[in-house]
Amino acid sequence: MMLQGEQLQSMLKRRAKLLANVRRFFSVRNVLEVSTPILSSAAPTAPYLDSFSTQFSAGNNAKTLYLHTSPEFAMKRLLAAGSGAIYQIATVFRNGELGRQHTPEFSMLEWYRPGFSLTDLMAEVDALMQQVIGLPAAVIFRYRDLFMEYLQLDIEQADDETLKQLALERIPGLTADWQTDRDGWLEMLMSQLIEPQFSALDTPVMVTEFPATQAQLAKIEINTEGHPVARRFELYAGGMELANGYDELCDATELRQRFELDNQLRQQQGKPQMPIDENLLAAMQSGLPQCSGVALGLDRLMMLHMSVNNISQVKSIAFIES
Amino acid sequence: MASYSTNEFKAGLKFMMDGDPCSIIENEFVKPGKGQAFNRVKFRNLKTGRVNERTFKTNESVESADVVEMDLEFSYTDGEFWHFMDPTSFEQYAADANAITESKDWLKEQYTYTVTLWNGTPLLVTPPNFVNLTVVETDPGVRGDTSGGGGKPATLETGAVVRVPLFIEIGEVLRVDTRSASYVERAKKD
Repeated sequence: MMLQGEQLQSMLKRRAKLLANVRRFFSVRNVLEVSTPILSSAAPTAPYLDSFSTQFSAGNNAKTLYLHTSPEFAMKRLLAAGSGAIYQIATVFRNGELGRQHTPEFSMLEWYRPGFSLTDLMAEVDALMQQVIGLPAAVIFRYRDLFMEYLQLDIEQADDETLKQLALERIPGLTADWQTDRDGWLEMLMSQLIEPQFSALDTPVMVTEFPATQAQLAKIEINTEGHPVARRFELYAGGMELANGYDELCDATELRQRFELDNQLRQQQGKPQMPIDENLLAAMQSGLPQCSGVALGLDRLMMLHMSVNNISQVKSIAFIES
Repeated sequence: MASYSTNEFKAGLKFMMDGDPCSIIENEFVKPGKGQAFNRVKFRNLKTGRVNERTFKTNESVESADVVEMDLEFSYTDGEFWHFMDPTSFEQYAADANAITESKDWLKEQYTYTVTLWNGTPLLVTPPNFVNLTVVETDPGVRGDTSGGGGKPATLETGAVVRVPLFIEIGEVLRVDTRSASYVERAKKD
């Protein structure tokens, strides 16, 4: 049921104000607003990210196009071409994602900072959250420390079977025939047993030093303890995952390897392989400046701002009524 | 047999789990980071009444359960079965002792009950929230006491025992809340 009258007006006004405040935040910091194509002939290869596709009708030149799941690839092409610091407020599309905190068509705030370290960018994300919706400063944990603290488990020592046994023991409704890989077990433990505990902290939480196998498009480095970790962070607030940031991988050869590995995983799972973004790889080959970038879910930010628990309550018209 | 994909899960959906019909109470779509999505589902086993949880892989499917709810009138019991009737089609349904566990203290002829049917057989009989029942046994009333303080047990015509105020007498008709098995007020005469 659509919001009506005063309730609708109030939500729309707060949303417009939030967007205006976000734009002011970046304007003051000399980050430029950009707009990039929604349709692309390439798509992300990430195994658990499903793009919508559509057909471009042009006689013999007809082809399949994909709706972007984030403006990341296009924005990186701008960065490689010399745009400098940029941000974008984009509607993005992810097939099959529908729930209390998910809708297949949602608003994303994404920005890139050439010359910023991951720590610089985390501080900027924190400043945005404080200024725009008045959250307290975030606390920072390393991925490994969270497992130690909340599950008394050292993920650098634990084998896959240990992770599985702990998940089966502690997560209600999980059956012994559940099959997944190491990252799947880690994500299960993280999302079901660790994240729910963040609410007791009353502050946003930033998690850093993800396992190297969850690097996605972030650089991998050897940390002070000698373990390979992803230079990536996630921001959690109000029981939600709000943002995902990287010290961006700038090595085209390594990026191509990761895309190809993703497509192999897709093939193993009987999913379609996705066309690799050659334009992005070419741009990276020509030189992507060292930069850090982050994608933040604006609808979820709005949910936090409005204290509502369903994403459809912050959309002018909800997906199921669109 | 029809089936449902996790994308179709929502509260109230009836499906089969380990051979029993179940009803979804709560469905949560979870997508950790950029990892594999799954659904955490809380559901009630309609045969046992127990609430369970189960995690499903997104796009996994379950068999649908032929479960419907109907408003039926209680007719009579023969001791083994409790017979209900659809007041429009006059069709009869026989519920066994398991199905009436939650409602047996509140069954009165000609009253309407919500009956959950699985493959046409009553699985669960739910009483209305309020019923009017006659007191068949209680200690003598205390004249003048209308405060409702204190109280005493009273046995109703269906066999249910509820706590009532001291002034209530045998033969009076009481309005009773079946959810808490508690006295509400003296019923107005029909």
